[in-house]
Amino acid sequence: MCGIVGLFLKDKSLEPKLGDMLTSMLITMTDRGPDSAGIAIYGGETKGRTKMTVQSDDPGTAFAGLEKTLSDVVGGPVQMDIKSTHAILDIPAGTTAKVRAALDEIGIRVMSRGDSLEIYKEVGLPKDVAAQFDISKMSGTHGIGHTRMATESAVTTMGAHPFNTGDDQCLVHNGSLSNHNSLRRKLRREGIHIETENDTEVGAAYLTWRMQTGATLGEALTSSLDDLDGFFTFVVGTKDGFGVVRDPIACKPAVMAETDQYVAFGSEYRALVDLPGIEAARVWEPEPATVYFWSHNDAPTATEKAA
Amino acid sequence: MQTIDLSETGLREMNKTLHAQAETTNQTTWEIINPKGAHAIACGLDAPIEVTVKGSTGYYCAGMNQKATVNIHGSAGPGTGENMMSGKVVIEGDASQYAGATGHGGLLVIKGNASSRCGISMKGINIVVHGNIGHMSAFMAQSGNLVVCGDAGDALGDSCYEARLFVRGEVKSLGADCEKKEMRPEHIEILRDLLAEAGSDAKPEEFTRYGSARNLYNFDVDNAAAY
Repeated sequence: MCGIVGLFLKDKSLEPKLGDMLTSMLITMTDRGPDSAGIAIYGGETKGRTKMTVQSDDPGTAFAGLEKTLSDVVGGPVQMDIKSTHAILDIPAGTTAKVRAALDEIGIRVMSRGDSLEIYKEVGLPKDVAAQFDISKMSGTHGIGHTRMATESAVTTMGAHPFNTGDDQCLVHNGSLSNHNSLRRKLRREGIHIETENDTEVGAAYLTWRMQTGATLGEALTSSLDDLDGFFTFVVGTKDGFGVVRDPIACKPAVMAETDQYVAFGSEYRALVDLPGIEAARVWEPEPATVYFWSHNDAPTATEKAA
Repeated sequence: MQTIDLSETGLREMNKTLHAQAETTNQTTWEIINPKGAHAIACGLDAPIEVTVKGSTGYYCAGMNQKATVNIHGSAGPGTGENMMSGKVVIEGDASQYAGATGHGGLLVIKGNASSRCGISMKGINIVVHGNIGHMSAFMAQSGNLVVCGDAGDALGDSCYEARLFVRGEVKSLGADCEKKEMRPEHIEILRDLLAEAGSDAKPEEFTRYGSARNLYNFDVDNAAAY
């Protein structure tokens, strides 16, 4: 099954509560998937700096002295904020590739990269994963979350959602893709970095590839309807935006709500019931094979198919 | 009237209480508050009681209903009124996927829009949708009436058997073996009664009837391409 939640805030006064609201939504969806959970938060950026969320099963050893090591690699200051098995690296902009290569050598996994994005994910239930990283105290502009019932690949940290395959891009998925193996080979030949055997990572990588070759997120989501086989409800995040698309069969559930304060997504209506003003919200089921997208760069409106 | 607050009473306890109502119960009206999208509310009822749910529901609300009337003052999740045998279910808002699926009898009224697969494999149920319905509705429908006051999505009535499908608005596409049919006086009569019972002021004459072309009933090699 899998459970997905997403929240895109229009009202800045809600930003300090983003982590708390998303966590509560995700915990409600726990019984849709007990295997692993993850949350992506877009928490703002610092000019000239970029972020990398990294993970290690042995953080005590792996993160010791990492700031110094990476500072030497990039020839500039690197700061690190450790949260349980994860750490947020604050690195100079433009040094992502160098840092990644160094991390690969040391054996530290990369969860996400981007100016604003942080991803926290582990095997376990949403309430435990959220508590492990204190997600409910995080603020941000938008975020997505996922609780997984594994079908297409192993139950591991790397197999958990959200998947990040391009700067500040992430994706969560309910469903299963049937052409992910052939597509993975194709995308790897195109130079897209794909780490796991997970079908969802291929979906994320597909969108990254399309956007690297000039498509907008809206165009990439639209072409995914032609190029991806299988079942999917996707919720995606970009640095300033939030998008939803379902395959033409649309058997995976989805409910959306919009008010002047936010746009919210849930696999079920239950996930939305504690949001402020939900009683008066416009609540609807996204149409199959239709792209919905909201961006902080545009005037936030209720217009569908904005992309 | 009896009120059950789902924020205080558990779902199983609520359904157990409703199931305990005998045919001759004098507690005939029930109200369920704080449903908050919970699943399986008022499922498997088997007594002539009236249950009003104040809010939106999750999966399978009023599934397997017999004799009871269930009013949902909100929107309903997937599978609402699934496999109904008799009674009446009224959804004030929208219905998600496969509303009224496999229903054998009774009346399901959706005041808003219904999503995909509405009335899939219906076997005698009557469904009246005031708004639009999504794709693959009445797929493999076998008996009963599906009335749509708005538009229908793709593949209406795909592989259907004997159900009557009435649509007032546009049909995006018809499914395999579904075709437009003549509206005879008896169809106008059926439609008039259903619309009245469902509280719709639509005129029966405005509807088009669709149904099975009956080419898929038995395997015929000439139809192989259509299977």
